[in-house]
Amino acid sequence: MSEESKPGWKSIPIAGILLEPGSAMKYKTGDWRAFRPVIDEEKCINCLLCWIYCPDGAIIREEKKVKVNYDYCKGCGICANECPAKAITMVEERR
Amino acid sequence: MSKVLGLTGDGAVAYAVKQSNVDVVAAYPITPQTLIVEEFSEFVHNGEVNTEFVCVESEHSAMSACVGASLTGARVFTATASQGLALMHEMLYIASSLRCPIVMGVVNRTLSAPINIHCDHSDMMGSRDCGWIQIYVENAQEAYDWVLQAFKIAEDPDVLLPVTVNLDAFILSHSLEGVEVLDDSEVEKFVSIRKPVFTIDPDKPITVGALCLTDFFFETKRQHFEAMRQSPKTINKVNDEFADLTGRNYDFIETYGMEDAEAAIICLGSTAGTAKAVAKSMRAQGKKVGVIKPWVYRPFPAEQILKSIEGLKSLAVLDRACSIGAPCGPLCSDIMSTFYRENIKLDVFNVIYGLGGRDITPFDIEAIFNEALEVAKTGVVKEPLKFVGVRE
Repeated sequence: MSEESKPGWKSIPIAGILLEPGSAMKYKTGDWRAFRPVIDEEKCINCLLCWIYCPDGAIIREEKKVKVNYDYCKGCGICANECPAKAITMVEERR
Repeated sequence: MSKVLGLTGDGAVAYAVKQSNVDVVAAYPITPQTLIVEEFSEFVHNGEVNTEFVCVESEHSAMSACVGASLTGARVFTATASQGLALMHEMLYIASSLRCPIVMGVVNRTLSAPINIHCDHSDMMGSRDCGWIQIYVENAQEAYDWVLQAFKIAEDPDVLLPVTVNLDAFILSHSLEGVEVLDDSEVEKFVSIRKPVFTIDPDKPITVGALCLTDFFFETKRQHFEAMRQSPKTINKVNDEFADLTGRNYDFIETYGMEDAEAAIICLGSTAGTAKAVAKSMRAQGKKVGVIKPWVYRPFPAEQILKSIEGLKSLAVLDRACSIGAPCGPLCSDIMSTFYRENIKLDVFNVIYGLGGRDITPFDIEAIFNEALEVAKTGVVKEPLKFVGVRE
């Protein structure tokens, strides 16, 4: 989300309070990312080590493969580092 | 029916708090605020108040406990001085930024080193940008009156900012005066009970103090800034209600002799009393001098000060604190920037005085008035920044 599309000071709750409990999902952190993990499905052995190690729960398990949730992935690179099949490459983000 | 009690400045604060139905007091004793905490804990011990008194291990914890209590919707008070305020510094910003309407008595004592327990305004001036409304009082009566008003101002939904009521160490805190107090029932009606805008409640969970980064932090500060900027409306309203109740009129500033003054002193706190007494005798000799005493220091009463200086030729700004390395003391800095913005060409000089409790005598004040009169006559400021009362 760009700065312009966010609400201004007149329309947000005071003191930085969050009125809705359990609303952290709404705060997308994907735009913090400088490098994005790209999974090579050919090389992936579906061992799920990336899913275990991801500190942000941003690896999605599917039937026989994994996917990255780019809405929340901050691009830390732990998945790529841990992948025993070297199936994950960190590619520089260009915005 | 009002009655007069013999109270110290600290005692007057404690008495006002006693009457204000405060839910929580979390405080740590420090000279010369000690009497406030001691006297209030006696009220708690004797069952004269229905207040949860939290004994904490430091001022940092005191303010932390106050923030937590205030967020539950409680009416909260604390008091401190000097090093205690400095230790609280971090939490002062959290209290004001979380919009906790805490009222705090600050008994102005200097900051170490060398260690010293006496009066100057270095403590509050060191935390002046903490986003609290800041009141300075001249005597124990004003301390009592402003504490009562402070709860009403702080807790107003249009304000929701904490308030400090500043009183000079020993000169006010430990000096006994006759203080006209209201009946408990009158105070109860005046301060009413707090109606919080939001509270932390397990049945309706909210998140307070969540991480707020580059995308929203600036907006919360902008809100805080605006709350302070809009607070004068509420301060005026509360002053009016208080005047209706007591006949005692408060405003952002008090002026003395300013209707025809050519030279004036502006100062905070108890020194204004001495300045008014000296001005009175000098005016009797035909010298046109006046005094401006800001009660409210934050929000800064620029508009009221500008109105009071019409026809004035010179102004001595007295600072009981020094901002080492700055062009002038904190009060003078505010005055100069106000005048510059309004394109006012008034001869101003800054006097640093009374550090560490050094007495400011009527003779010192008279000499400052005479110098201001000389500046008014000649239009020449020989010393823009001077120290009064220090040995060479």
